[in-house]
Amino acid sequence: MSIVLWLFVTVAAYELGRWLRRRTHSPLAQPVAVAVVIVGALLALSGTTYDDYADATTLISFLLGPATVALAIPLYHQAARLKGMVVPVLFALTAGAVVSMVSGVLLVRWLGGGDVLERTMATKAVTAPVSIALTERLGGYPELSAAFAIVVGIVGAMVAPRLLTLLGIRDPRARGIAVGAVSHGIGTARMLEESRVEGAFSGLAMGLTAVVTCLLVPLVAYFLL
Amino acid sequence: MIVGLLWLLGCQLAGTAIVELTGIPLPGPVVGMLLLFLVLVLRRRGGEDDPIIQVGDYFLSHLQLFFIPAGVGVIAYLAVIRDAALPIVVALLGSWLLGLATVGWVLGLFLRRVPEVAGTQGAPGEEIE
Repeated sequence: MSIVLWLFVTVAAYELGRWLRRRTHSPLAQPVAVAVVIVGALLALSGTTYDDYADATTLISFLLGPATVALAIPLYHQAARLKGMVVPVLFALTAGAVVSMVSGVLLVRWLGGGDVLERTMATKAVTAPVSIALTERLGGYPELSAAFAIVVGIVGAMVAPRLLTLLGIRDPRARGIAVGAVSHGIGTARMLEESRVEGAFSGLAMGLTAVVTCLLVPLVAYFLL
Repeated sequence: MIVGLLWLLGCQLAGTAIVELTGIPLPGPVVGMLLLFLVLVLRRRGGEDDPIIQVGDYFLSHLQLFFIPAGVGVIAYLAVIRDAALPIVVALLGSWLLGLATVGWVLGLFLRRVPEVAGTQGAPGEEIE
C-alpha cells in the first residue's frame, strides 16, 4: 500500500510542478524542485522516514539508469555540428571541468566544509543522474550532489545569459557551450529560449561534459581528495 | 516501444558489466550511454520511426521525474546544509562562475577562426531535465 501511495504522490507532485512551469514560465519553477518540496513536506507531516520513502520509490529511481543511457540521443543528433571544432570544444570543456571541480573542492576546503562535502561538491556541474553516480563512487552524499546540480542549473537559467554578455562572450556557440558545461539540462532549456544555436550547443556541451568529467574525476580525486 | 526499451536496458547492462569486469572508474549507465552513441552512429538510421529515439526521447522528456527520489534525499541532509551553509553557497556559486567564464573565454579565443557551420539553425533541441 505504501509503495503505491508514494509512487502516486511522487508522480502527482511532478505533474503539479510541470503544470506550474507551464503557467509561470519561470526558471524557478523546475518540476523536480516543486516535487521535492511537496514530497518532503508530506514525509514530514506523515512521519515517514526517508529510507522508507526511498524503498517505496525504487521503481522511479531505477529509471534514472536507462534515462542516462538515453542522453546519447541528443549527443548523436548534435554531433554533426561539431565539424571543425572538436578539438577547441573538448579543450574548453576539459579546462572548464577541471576549473569547476578543483575550485569547488578548494573553496569548500578553505571555508572548512569538511572532506565529505568536498567530495559532494566536485561533480555538481554535470547532469544530476551522472552526478549522483559519480558522487556515490567518490564517497560524497549522492542526494546532496543531485540537489547541488539542480541549484546550479537553476542559477544558470536565471543569470547565465546576462553574465556571459557582461564577460564579453558573444559568440552564440561559445555561450551555448559555456552554459551547457556548467548548468547542464536546466541551463540548456533556458538557452533554447535564447536561440536554437545556443540551445543545441548547450545540449551538446552537457553530454560531453558528463563524459569528460567522468574521465577526470579519478585524476582530481587522486591529486586533491 | 519494447525494442527501444531493450536497447536502453541492454546498453545499461553491457555498460555495467564492462565496469564490473574492467574496474574502470566510470558509472555503468555512462558507459552505457557511450555504447548507445556508438550503436546510433553505426546504424545510421536515427529517423522519427527509430524505436530507440522514440523511447529515449520519451525518457529524456521526463528525466526530472526520475531524480525526485534522490532530490527528496536532501531532507536527510538539512543538518549538513545548515552547519556548512557558507562553504556550500560560496563553493557552489564560485566554482560555477569560474567554470562558466573558463569555457566561454577559452572557446571565444578559438572560435574566432572557425566560421559557423551552415545548418546550425533550426535543429531540434530537446528540453531535458
